[in-house]
Amino acid sequence: MISIQNVSKWYGDFQVLSDCSTEVQKGEVVVVCGPSGSGKSTLIKCVNGLEPFQAGTIVVDGTSVGSPKTDLPKLRSRVGMVFQHFELFPHLSITENLTLAQRKVLGRKDDEARRKGLALLDRVGLSAHAAKFPGQLSGGQQQRVAIARALAMDPIAMLFDEPTSALDPEMINEVLDVMVELAREGMTMMVVTHEMGFARKVANRVIFMDRGAIVEDADKDEFFGSPRSERAQAFLSKILSH
Amino acid sequence: MNYNWDWSVFFKSTGIGSEIYLDWFITGLGWTVALSLSSWVIALLLGTVLGVMRTLPGRFAARFATVYVELFRNVPLLVQLFVWYFLVPDWLPEKLELWFKQDLHPATSAFISVTVCLGLFTAARVCEQVRTGIQALPRGQAMAAYALGLRLPQVYRKVLLPQAFRIIIPPLTSEFLNVFKNSSVASLIGLMELLAQTKQTAEFTANLFEAFTLATVIYFVLNMALMLIMRGVEKRVRVPGLIALGGK
Ligand SMILES: Nc1ncnc2c1ncn2[C@@H]1O[C@H](COP(=O)(O)OP(=O)(O)OP(=O)(O)O)[C@@H](O)[C@H]1O
Ligand SMILES: [Mg+2]
Repeated sequence: MISIQNVSKWYGDFQVLSDCSTEVQKGEVVVVCGPSGSGKSTLIKCVNGLEPFQAGTIVVDGTSVGSPKTDLPKLRSRVGMVFQHFELFPHLSITENLTLAQRKVLGRKDDEARRKGLALLDRVGLSAHAAKFPGQLSGGQQQRVAIARALAMDPIAMLFDEPTSALDPEMINEVLDVMVELAREGMTMMVVTHEMGFARKVANRVIFMDRGAIVEDADKDEFFGSPRSERAQAFLSKILSH
Repeated sequence: MNYNWDWSVFFKSTGIGSEIYLDWFITGLGWTVALSLSSWVIALLLGTVLGVMRTLPGRFAARFATVYVELFRNVPLLVQLFVWYFLVPDWLPEKLELWFKQDLHPATSAFISVTVCLGLFTAARVCEQVRTGIQALPRGQAMAAYALGLRLPQVYRKVLLPQAFRIIIPPLTSEFLNVFKNSSVASLIGLMELLAQTKQTAEFTANLFEAFTLATVIYFVLNMALMLIMRGVEKRVRVPGLIALGGK
């Protein structure tokens, strides 16, 4: 479904990604972790072409992301993305947030988009808030709306960039629950997170990044049981200790 | 000061038809409002386009807008007006030049010159406000919009500009007020707007203080009215919970 081959990226002289390769199969859940600044966000933003890269290839469902012939907006409309700071559109109501791209990108009729949006809102347990604005919801609620907004486009895969790290602790689980359910339904997911409980529960594989490189790419049990690299071991012991 | 105020001067006949001096002020106010509103429409439309250009990833558009802003902001308004009124018509194709100089009523050609001048001058200032507004938004907003598959024009129209404009209503209001004040430059090329009518009344009647006091009051009331209108607009478009949302 997602194939990343030898991807490198530079900001001027500074190499953010060096020779990254991995694959995400259909229905697979891959967790990406690693220290701050290791290039996790950059890597998953390359997957839907939000960040350009200078070397290597990324192919999503048969479409090459880096190719100049690719209709990037069209590709992006098929890949859902959830951000650390939610990024709901604050000037639009929850319903409008859920329907905007359905109408403008997919060309769905108003009532069809609304029906779809409200069904997903109900699914994340927030149907009572349809008429509110993002600023009137808690962080956890906003992130659940953001997930619903991405799902409304019927994505073939979902990318998450630290979806819970801007949340107060008591709100983390309500978001993770939605993500776990999604994973169990067979959604293809690439998730940057340090929530190792989530990784243990639903991940198929765990990728560990450091200084722009993929240092470890292993099955979940292998990763948690006996990570091969020292840096991954050190990282794991640090985040599991608290 | 030993001055005999005589407010009845405004109701005296000007000696031209049945006009009283107050009529001159009303005509002047009409020109001032017409000038300011048409200049503002130009400034707002062009300024928005330029402001967007300054935030585009492409080099050429951004550079063009930057040069525009530097040029129109740094040359004094009065110089710009003389260029538009005295020089530009000479550079027009001959037919257009003759039409502008001879066929048009002098007031109309002066009106066109001032409107274009003030519109383009203010557009440079609006551009900077729009750019600031867009750049004040979290970078993630554009990212999220693109991630949903929206195309660049949609991202600006539906996501960035509606938010940016809400942020910049206060500075835009003061630009709008400036347009009204700046419109008085028109008096220098003979357009009989409010200031010109005031000067003329002062000369005809020798009631200089009364004339300028009335003009001051009219400008003041105009400004207050505009400020109230803009405050109403601000309230109307206010988004529930937006302030609580803050930066992130
Ligand atoms: N626009 C940019 N220009 C220059 N350097 C950048 C830019 N964006 C990111 N970087 C650098 O690239 C590196 C990787 O950034 P990235 O955001 O991908 O890291 P991350 O693993 O997601 O970190 P975090 O856990 O803090 O989110 C960092 O060192 C960062 O400083
Ligand atoms: Mg990151």
